[in-house]
Amino acid sequence: MNKRSSWALPYFIFLVLFVVLPLLLIIVYALQDGSGRFTLSNLGKFFTDRDSLSTFALSLEVAIENTLLCILIGYPAAYILADKQLNRSAVTVVLFILPMWINALMRTLATAELFTMAGVHLGKGTLLFGMCYDYLPFMIYPIYNQLNKMDKSYAEAAQDLGATPGEVFRKVTLPLSMPGVWSGVMMVFMPTVSTFAIAEFLTNNKIKLFGTIIQENINNSMWNYGAALSLVMLVIIAITTVLQKEDADES
Amino acid sequence: MKAKTLAARAYIWLLLVVLYAPIVFIAIFSFTEAKSLGNWTGFSVNLYRNLFTGAMQNSSALISAVENTLLIALAAAAAATLLGTLAAIGIYNMKGKKRQTLTFLNNIPMINPDIITGVSLFLLFVFLSISQGYLTVILAHITFCTPYVVLNVLPKLSQMNPNVYEAALDLGATPSQALWKVLVPALRPGMISGFILSFTMSLDDFAVTFFTRGTIGLDTLSTYIYADARKGGLTPELKPLMTLLFLAVLAVLLVINIRQSKNSEKA
Repeated sequence: MNKRSSWALPYFIFLVLFVVLPLLLIIVYALQDGSGRFTLSNLGKFFTDRDSLSTFALSLEVAIENTLLCILIGYPAAYILADKQLNRSAVTVVLFILPMWINALMRTLATAELFTMAGVHLGKGTLLFGMCYDYLPFMIYPIYNQLNKMDKSYAEAAQDLGATPGEVFRKVTLPLSMPGVWSGVMMVFMPTVSTFAIAEFLTNNKIKLFGTIIQENINNSMWNYGAALSLVMLVIIAITTVLQKEDADES
Repeated sequence: MKAKTLAARAYIWLLLVVLYAPIVFIAIFSFTEAKSLGNWTGFSVNLYRNLFTGAMQNSSALISAVENTLLIALAAAAAATLLGTLAAIGIYNMKGKKRQTLTFLNNIPMINPDIITGVSLFLLFVFLSISQGYLTVILAHITFCTPYVVLNVLPKLSQMNPNVYEAALDLGATPSQALWKVLVPALRPGMISGFILSFTMSLDDFAVTFFTRGTIGLDTLSTYIYADARKGGLTPELKPLMTLLFLAVLAVLLVINIRQSKNSEKA
């Protein structure tokens, strides 16, 4: 091992200070009451509070629906973009990423306004549409990347060996593109659960998502309960990450 | 075959139309004076004039929000690029457990949703009783930007010949000469894309800034828009501002793309 490995030392210290320590503090604050004594009541409050639990369930539901919607709409788009015969220009790919440079809150407000103008009632439908609209590029891009770097000779070989186009897709292209789908899921699912401003704008404050109650608690100085809610979220992140790892290891 | 191509094109264009509808909507309504977003009261360039002459309500608040957004993004992206490049060189020269640990830690900020990053850093600053403001926002942005710099620089390291740096040293270059004349040029493409990615994410961030900006009244464009929308009336001058920003980004990307396609034609 040479000396240059020590160049990562500043970043290591930075990560411990600004990533590891803050995450530990979420656990510490979640298990304390206002005066710093150990307690399980914050977590207990979440698991017994009907409102928090139903908000949580709704957030998971919206996030799952949004993720599936993004895959359903985004996969074909990524597939077309990665196909040299169907799409010859790299500019089209850039066009899908470009809206991300416009402030997401501003775009979301404009989307909500468009719905209102069209006479669409702001509610769960508009929430899903707006979320999908905000997160679709995060699904398209990783799948596109994965399909693009895929070795095309596998698909060609399958075709030469007599597979129908449908079989080629199901048995070769789809399994090989799964890592891209998974990174898309990671980039869409958790952010959807935790978003707050977007949900507030798209439903005119009618639907609260989990992120909103975390934000409300932290802003009202209920740090310990806010930390407990964040801890619940951290556990879910850990579970999804492990599930993703296992799936990736299998394939 | 023809029909398939046609259907594919139609699908892509349909998605693009939907994706761009809100932006076009903002652009159209930037040419009227009405306060609310979907209200047309006749063609006017007054909002553009107000934006440049500062003849509007809260003009100083909006302008300082824009300045803060750019300054924070520049500072965070520059710091993240430096920190991340050094880290990538370090990680590349590591093996086994050490490398695994650092790669794992580097992944955490990318997996964490914004709100978790925001809340956890908020608790850190409270815990250390650091008063929150510019510095804490910049530190927070460095936290979520640096992993992307590391990921962009690492592939460039594996592409370069590992002996070149050593050779430069053997041939009498000082370590800093070897760094600037050998290492940095080889890593530059990765550093640039890491910087641009960091800059973009910092510009677009809302949640992390929201939790780490403290109570000194520090606003970026995102927090300004959020507060504005919650009050009920969006500052109308935001419409021309967003339109101009979008056109600027569009122009930059088109120039980059035309250049790239010209270069690849030459090659």
